[in-house]
Parts: sequence; structure tokens; C-alpha cells
Amino acid sequence: MTDAAVKQVTFHVRRFEPGVDRAPHWESHAIPLTPGMTVLDGLWKLKELSAPSLAWRSSCRMGICGSCGMLINGRPRLACNTQISELGTDVVAVAPLPNFAIIKDLVPDLRPMFETHRELMPYLIRDDVAEQDDPTLEYWQSPHELEHYLQFSYCIKCGCCMAACPTVATDPQYAGPMPLGQAQRYNTDSRDGGFAERKEVLSGGSGPWRCHFAGECSQVCPKGVDPAKAIQLMKRELVSDLLRMRKRRDPAPVVQPPKGPRREEIPAAPPRTAGEA
Amino acid sequence: MASRAHPNRLGIKGWVAGGRWGFARYMYTLHRLTGLGLLAYFVMHIFVTSTRAIGPESWEQAMEIVSGPLFAFGEYLVFAAFVFHALNGIRLGAIELGFAVGVPIEPVYPYETSVGRTQRLAKAVLMIAFVVAVWGGLDFFIWK
Ligand code: SF4
Ligand code: SF4
Ligand code: FES
Repeated sequence: MTDAAVKQVTFHVRRFEPGVDRAPHWESHAIPLTPGMTVLDGLWKLKELSAPSLAWRSSCRMGICGSCGMLINGRPRLACNTQISELGTDVVAVAPLPNFAIIKDLVPDLRPMFETHRELMPYLIRDDVAEQDDPTLEYWQSPHELEHYLQFSYCIKCGCCMAACPTVATDPQYAGPMPLGQAQRYNTDSRDGGFAERKEVLSGGSGPWRCHFAGECSQVCPKGVDPAKAIQLMKRELVSDLLRMRKRRDPAPVVQPPKGPRREEIPAAPPRTAGEA
Repeated sequence: MASRAHPNRLGIKGWVAGGRWGFARYMYTLHRLTGLGLLAYFVMHIFVTSTRAIGPESWEQAMEIVSGPLFAFGEYLVFAAFVFHALNGIRLGAIELGFAVGVPIEPVYPYETSVGRTQRLAKAVLMIAFVVAVWGGLDFFIWK
């Protein structure tokens, strides 16, 4: 193949060097397009060929780690999960996720999101601390109970939803779709007993009542998490709790070991790897 | 140490830009704008009607000012904003109580979100009701 036959793709990248630039600016580079090239591959090529100091965040390059959320041709998406060919153009504009401060080039400061995430207690809250620290058995959960939160647990904390949300855009106090979706994920986990504790934080001005279902978070989520759904279901829970109509349930107990004689053909469990034997 | 990061919050721009430009986003923006418009109207309305307390003359005067075709059109816009805000408010009220958003599902590509499906029907019904009401309003406000 001659050079002339190589298809080129133009990358407009938003650059910002802290301490040097006063404001971010666009920079354009052309790179050769190879079949199956993702936007992330393109950035690597760009770094190799013409912009060695370009900074971004990525790790797994397979839509699992949530590092590479960027604004690609005006939409928040994962760079590694976006084929250049799927954009339907040979001009790719890449900017850092909006609604987060820019640390450098394409690197957004996600810390405020993670701080809010932590405030909403994204873990099982239970009384049996000893059992949690040193588990003896499993907590009981049916496949049906798993379905109540499974969708929300697919979240990779990439922040794309936060970048798309019009409420986050104007209200720095608003918790945002990612932390709220995760609060709902734990609230609906049958093993969890933390609803009352999270409610204290959630019913405030930063909670789900700031959301008015623009639905953008769900439209951009690269993992199909549908945080808008989680947030509306959370409001429903909060209202029924206020009306004292919320079904009270205790966090699921540990599964008791099966009674009766043990079947011969089942192999013994491997030795424990954690805690006291 | 002071942060050297550059602020990048979209602000009001984020009401129209930033994501996938879904239809629901425009309804969100329009809901806020019509809400502000209605608020402005109410303030004006109270101001205008309060002239009656001063005396019949100032009331007549005020009525004169607000009786032109421009104000008739303005009133029509207020009516349209009211219809949209009320209908969309009903939709939002239902949604925010967790109706018509569906139950959690296992996400399988291509993802179907709560914004699609039942929401599409709700939006279509809302739009038809809006057009019918606003069309009917033409008769009352403009061609009276
Ligand atoms: S909900 Fe979706 S878009 Fe938001 S952080 Fe999680 S994976 Fe990313
Ligand atoms: S549905 Fe709520 S959280 Fe999601 S983008 Fe809209 S306002 Fe933001
Ligand atoms: S690099 Fe891990 S999600 Fe893109």
C-alpha cells in the first residue's frame, strides 16, 4: 500500500498545560487511520507521531476501568470503547469531560465525584461487624433480589453521566447521577441495612430531588447502567418511606449450612485463605 | 496548595449542550424556561392588578397599556408556557415517583434506557395534548 492510499483522520484535541496556559485551546493533528482503530488507539498514535506531551487517563482499554471518559465529538464516551469508524466522520474532536476541572489536557479532576460517592456510603451497612470483617458464611440472596440492583452495579465510575447532566452543569451542590445511582444500588441490595443512614444525606438539597429526568445520564452511560432510572426509583423509595409505606426488611442473614447427611460426590471446600482458620 | 486545574463546568450552556441531545433534555430546559417565564408573568400580573388599589383611573390606565396586540400575543405565550409546564409537570411528577421508568434489567448491548420505551409514549401523548390545547388557545387569545 502506498502512502497516498492510507486514510487519514484529523484529531482536534483540547490542550491545557497547568501553570503555562491561561485557558484550554484546540490543537489539530492528522494521523493514519488503521482498521479497528479506537479513539484511544488514535490518541496513542498521536502521542507517538506528533504530540509527545499529550496527557490523558486510560488503563484497561476494554471499557472496564472507567479511566478514559472524554468528550468525543460532543458526547461523553469512553475513548477505548469508541471506534473512529462508528463516528461516521474523519474528524475527531476530543476534549476533557465537562463539569470537572481540567488537570491537564484530557485529564479531568474526578475527585469531587468520588468524594460525593464516598459520602453516600457505597458499601453494605450492617450491624454484624464481626461477620463482615471475618466472614464465616455467605449472606443469603436470591437471583430475583440480585436483579434489583445488578444493573446499577455495572457502573465503572467513568463520570460520563456527570458530564452530560444539565443539573450538574449548573449546580455544583448536586450529588450527580453516578453517586446517586450507586446509593440506590446499595439501598436495594437485600444484604444491606443502610437505607436510614443514607436517607439522611439523600433527602438534603444535593440529593435526587435536584434531578428532573433529562435522562442524559442514561443516554450516555457506556455500561447501560441507566442512572436516571435508579434516581427515579430512589425518589419513589424516599416518598413511600415518608408516607410510612416502605416495606421494612432486615438485611439478609447468613446462609445456614445445609442440614442432613452430606452427599458423597460433592468435594470438600478448599481451605480458607482469609481470617482465622 | 491552590489547585492549578482549570474550571470546566458547563453552566447554563449545559442545559442545551453536553450530552446526546436527547429529546428529554429539551423538555428539561423548556420546563425550566417556562417556569421562569410563568414566575415573571405572575410578578407582572400582581403589579398590574395592584394598580386597582390606587384608584379606578390608574386601573384604567394600566388596562390601556396591556390591551394592545403585543400583549395579547404575550398572554398567548404565557398560556402556551402554562400548558407545557402543567402537562410536563404531570409527566415529571409520575416519573419522579418511579412510575413508567421500568424495573432494573440486566444491561445487554444495545442498551435500552428508561428514557426510551414507555417514555416515548408519554412524550408523544404530552406533545399531542400540548398542540391541541395551544391550537384551541389561538381561538381565545388571538382571534377573539
Ligand atoms: S453510571 Fe454509567 S456513565 Fe455514570 S459513571 Fe457509571 S458507568 Fe459511567
Ligand atoms: S436524569 Fe437526572 S441525573 Fe440524569 S442527566 Fe437528567 S437531571 Fe441529571
Ligand atoms: S481504558 Fe479502561 S475504560 Fe477505557
